[in-house]
Amino acid sequence: MMALSDKQDDKRDIGGPRQPLLQVRNLLKHFPLKGQGLPFSGNKSAVRAVDGINFDILKGETLGVVGESGCGKSTTARVLMQLIHQDSGELVFDGETVGSRALPLRQFRRQTQMVFQDSYSSLNPRMTIEDSIAFAPIVHGLSSRTAITRARDLLARVGLQPERFAGRYPHELSGGQRQRVNIARALALEPRLVILDEAVSALDKSVEAQVLNLLLDLKQEFGLTYLFISHDLNVVRFISDRVLVMYLGQVVEIGSADQVFDQPKHPYTRALLQSMPSMDPLQRTEVAPLAGDPPNPINPPSGCRFHTRCAYVQAPCSQQAPVFASAASGHGVACLRYEANSGVSQDAAALLETNHG
Amino acid sequence: MADMISLRELQVQFLAPRKVIRAVNGVNLRVGTGEVVALIGESGSGKSVTLRSIMRLHSERSTRISGTLEVDGKDVLAMSPRALATMRGNTVAMIFQEPLLALDPVYTVGAQIIEAIRHHKKVSQQEARKQALALFEKVRIPSPERRLDAYPHEMSGGMRQRAMIALALSCNPKVLLADEPTTALDATVQIQILLLLRDLQKELGLSIVFVTHDIGAAAEVADRIAVMYAGKIIEQGSAAQLLTQPRHPYTQSLLKSRSHGAMQKGQRLETIGGAPPDLSNLPPGCAFGERCKYATAACHVTPPVEQELAPGHVASCFRLHDIAALATTG
Repeated sequence: MMALSDKQDDKRDIGGPRQPLLQVRNLLKHFPLKGQGLPFSGNKSAVRAVDGINFDILKGETLGVVGESGCGKSTTARVLMQLIHQDSGELVFDGETVGSRALPLRQFRRQTQMVFQDSYSSLNPRMTIEDSIAFAPIVHGLSSRTAITRARDLLARVGLQPERFAGRYPHELSGGQRQRVNIARALALEPRLVILDEAVSALDKSVEAQVLNLLLDLKQEFGLTYLFISHDLNVVRFISDRVLVMYLGQVVEIGSADQVFDQPKHPYTRALLQSMPSMDPLQRTEVAPLAGDPPNPINPPSGCRFHTRCAYVQAPCSQQAPVFASAASGHGVACLRYEANSGVSQDAAALLETNHG
Repeated sequence: MADMISLRELQVQFLAPRKVIRAVNGVNLRVGTGEVVALIGESGSGKSVTLRSIMRLHSERSTRISGTLEVDGKDVLAMSPRALATMRGNTVAMIFQEPLLALDPVYTVGAQIIEAIRHHKKVSQQEARKQALALFEKVRIPSPERRLDAYPHEMSGGMRQRAMIALALSCNPKVLLADEPTTALDATVQIQILLLLRDLQKELGLSIVFVTHDIGAAAEVADRIAVMYAGKIIEQGSAAQLLTQPRHPYTQSLLKSRSHGAMQKGQRLETIGGAPPDLSNLPPGCAFGERCKYATAACHVTPPVEQELAPGHVASCFRLHDIAALATTG
């Protein structure tokens, strides 16, 4: 069996450490609505779940993704995993286009694995957990004996003693234990990128902390790269090196965790951070930072999509869509207030910064 | 302040095949008129079961409830089915975690509120609709007239939760029971609903019992917080007492995981080892003993009794004073 932890000189690493592990370019995924619009008119409306997004996942980092429900976080994850295919746009994995001859889907999926939120429905109830973990390696050509040995090693690694747990079925385990099994299964193919879609959200706080510690350990041991999707901003800040903020199918801000949490540039990021309940009963939140729910992604607002809820909205915002621009520090934002000659005054922006600093 | 809800030694047991699940094991809780109490704890700690027994929502056949349970001075456990039906809605109303499941999908939201109003009050259809509209305005639903004729699936999550609050308030209850009302919502919408609950509570003088596993949500609305573990309230006190001076080791570790700076990057999180006990096979001593870093031999023999630490602040632990001493010395 190949040594599980020896990833220092990974033969699969083609582009070297400076090459992003995954580059996402103009990714677009719309879900057409049934029964809307005239047939064959070519003018059907669609849920614009992911609407042209660009970002990189660097080697060895944890990229956190935050945003409200319906902003396209999970659709992005599913497209990255190629569980659903994009309408347009390109995924470049370590320098090679996913689905091209150099990197066929089967090879790509081996290197990218995913852990879902619901630990119960993502395991086959009729398979013992060791069989579940060994399943994918067998499909990819490992002998069943080697695969079972590997499954047992992984169980031990995620903190479940194989003697006690290997033969159990999913319903015999607690939620935290099941999520450990899902993590072990994701690691069974020795992936380089693990997508964690709300993987700890359904767990109780004390169990969540155990699983987060486990994820940190595994990342170091196996040299993994994580894409960590969550709505819990505390957890995202803790685990992420960089954070990406999404709003209605678009990336509005990206930067290091400290940049995004301590000096948020986009008004949406700022409102999202302020929406976290205060832990001090003497300093309660008095006014909700954002009114209303996110607009419908079927008919997103014109111009900047956030202008309907933005506290700093000015006249051009409803007509002109902001262009995502990245500063030298790697802190990027899509907001007209940071664009020169956009007609949106900087005063409000200055106010924003002084208030926060 | 008169007690609106009074629970004394409440026990709830579910009879499962070949075993008895002791979901609630002696809960003492008093909620005054116009007071907001948050019950916090992990899943399986008995907080939702406690809440549901206040309205006696558990199946009579498979549930055994003992102890005292009074709402507005009346003994709920002794109520006839008819008295119970009058109490539900009129005195006590409840909102749930997932409004999409709690609302009927085949009727418009307006129809459901009108039905509730006409079930409890003798009013005409038009009058009931007028009241429903007023309720929608009260819970700040934009364009309320149009929303009355919407089906639950046509509304967003936050809007649905507002509609459910309107439904719960339709018969002017004195008590509102909220079972994880914001757990399924986004942070930006959660804070809106929490602020709405706080405003309505002030405006209508409601007593609210609020079940959540999110300490932050509790800190935003509650006057008092009670922490549950394995079917017991292990510590309760005013929100400020509990959040700033937690005394029970479980509360302390629960808060530690959330406090500012607890989640330092690059550091490991402090965890509570082990898992909560099996409710069908509870240990004889302190239920938290197995996982407690301060536990001594005595902790595993008999369950600890409640001790008063300050007016209104009680905790159940044998080692409260030793732990406080340990904390000050180092």
